[in-house]
Amino acid sequence: MLFELVWSQDKSSFLIGEATHGHHQIELACATCHTSPFGGGEVIQDACVGCHGQELASAEDSHPKAKFTDPRNADRLAVLDATECVTCHLEHQNEQTRAMGVTLADDFCWHCHQDVAAERPSHEGMEFDTCASAGCHNYHDNKALYENFLVKHANEADVFMSAKRPLREAVTQYLANNPNTKALTVADIELVEQAPGEVYQHWQASTHATVGIACNDCHQSADGIWQQQPKIQLCQNCHQQEWENFTQSHHGMRLSDKLTQTLSPMTPAQGRLAFQPSSLAAEMTCSTCHGPHELNVEKAASESCLSCHADEHSLAFEQSPHGQLWQQELAGEINKGEGVSCATCHMPVVEQGKQHQVMHNVNHNLRPNEKMLRTVCMNCHGLAFSIDALADKDLIKNNFLHAPSVHIESIDMALERLK
Amino acid sequence: MKNTLKMTLAASSIAILTACGGDKEAGISPQQFTDALHLVMDSDRAVYTKKVVGRLTKEEKVIKASEHFMDDKALPLPAQMFRFGAETVAEKTDEFTYSLQSLWPINSQNAPVTAVEKEGLQFIVDNPGKNFYKEETLGGKNYFTAIYPDVAVAPVCASCHNDHKDSPKTDFKVGDVMGGVVIRVPLG
Repeated sequence: MLFELVWSQDKSSFLIGEATHGHHQIELACATCHTSPFGGGEVIQDACVGCHGQELASAEDSHPKAKFTDPRNADRLAVLDATECVTCHLEHQNEQTRAMGVTLADDFCWHCHQDVAAERPSHEGMEFDTCASAGCHNYHDNKALYENFLVKHANEADVFMSAKRPLREAVTQYLANNPNTKALTVADIELVEQAPGEVYQHWQASTHATVGIACNDCHQSADGIWQQQPKIQLCQNCHQQEWENFTQSHHGMRLSDKLTQTLSPMTPAQGRLAFQPSSLAAEMTCSTCHGPHELNVEKAASESCLSCHADEHSLAFEQSPHGQLWQQELAGEINKGEGVSCATCHMPVVEQGKQHQVMHNVNHNLRPNEKMLRTVCMNCHGLAFSIDALADKDLIKNNFLHAPSVHIESIDMALERLK
Repeated sequence: MKNTLKMTLAASSIAILTACGGDKEAGISPQQFTDALHLVMDSDRAVYTKKVVGRLTKEEKVIKASEHFMDDKALPLPAQMFRFGAETVAEKTDEFTYSLQSLWPINSQNAPVTAVEKEGLQFIVDNPGKNFYKEETLGGKNYFTAIYPDVAVAPVCASCHNDHKDSPKTDFKVGDVMGGVVIRVPLG
């Protein structure tokens, strides 16, 4: 035990309970969260904020810590300490961990909002375990659920005539910012003899060739030595934002720069979902989905996902309306942007200021899934239809095979207040 | 960060003391401290309200100010600007806290909670031009609490509150006390 505590890299004997869905991949990199053997709750709190702080800020967190440190909330904090993440999200308590990693009883809203019906008569008699579970409110992210937003998007069509996903534009932006970029072909580069012929074909057709990135840019180390298999970390030299997002996801968190020890890449065998048996040993790196030379983003948008994922939702994709549209787009039967791939919803093209980028954290908009409303669903569907669809658990399982069979009344209530 | 702030506060204290000709050993009183803080807060907010929001939205009409300024690509409202400052301070120090409260809040979470807040907000409404100071005990700790009247400095303050569907009061006028700035300093 002493050996393990002090010298061994393997700390599995010290696990006091199975880690949550969100952390089990890194549960043996103990010091990532337990940064010091001394100190109180602030040690863990700093670790939580270190990885999740940026996401909370971008969600315009409805309950930031700074709202609760005012002494006027002392009575409330005595009941529910909203200044620490672990008050609601206790780790290693698998038997009492529910959706979103919440370990607190579901009526936590009641402690501060028990008089809600005084302001909102429509809420009279509602159970206090339904605030955050009925598709109406979230503790942190309410960007698509606040009253004015509901009113603004009331009465929208189920499916827009102009339904279209935002298109990737990183290469266009790069070329606009770097007008002297010269696209390369095989004729421009020094061939590496041992490379098979298809490597050159793949590269020449890729965006790397378009923006003038050749073999040596990835395969040659700083001191000029040829690297047969460049390390994955090399990708982040140019794709910093993608790398940061990828290493915050369940796919890439084992490679995060924030871990205090080096872990091998994630494999489906280590996952908790259903996967294709043939994929279990596949290591999740950039080239797993993109291919090292072809950089095929269409393949990465669905085919790569389905080569591993075999849960009910994934297996239902190809027969779903979304999946059918994707097949039509690949076949050139509909316009580019009118199909819906796995990536359309799980790795959407998101706006950051005036820039657009592909969100490489596949888990970002699933905690909770209402985060999908603005960046994903509402490109094609009205808000009411989208809220209902995301609240319909059976519909999620069959990959949105039919119209929603549940109805969330939030927009109705918001409109009622205007009368 | 906290150490930096303490040093800054200490430096401010000395500056105030020198200006007042006071005794350095005794330090400044909690009231001098909150009065100085409020002077900065009040001045900054009036400048933002008049020279940024008022000018750009009403005179030059080049941008709107909106409660949902991110979605509307607009300016934050003066009260929001104030609250964001208070939240940023709360992330950096526990030496003092401040908030904007009202007997007629648009957001009910900004209604007075403690007995002193209730008494003080009523006092500044009943006694125009006067501030309210009292000690109170919250969560087992003693605090010096100062409450300053928050007056409608521009027509837009009154009209925006009067027109908001969640406002409990709809007849505010320029010059009215609309609420109060509550500043709290831990004692001992």
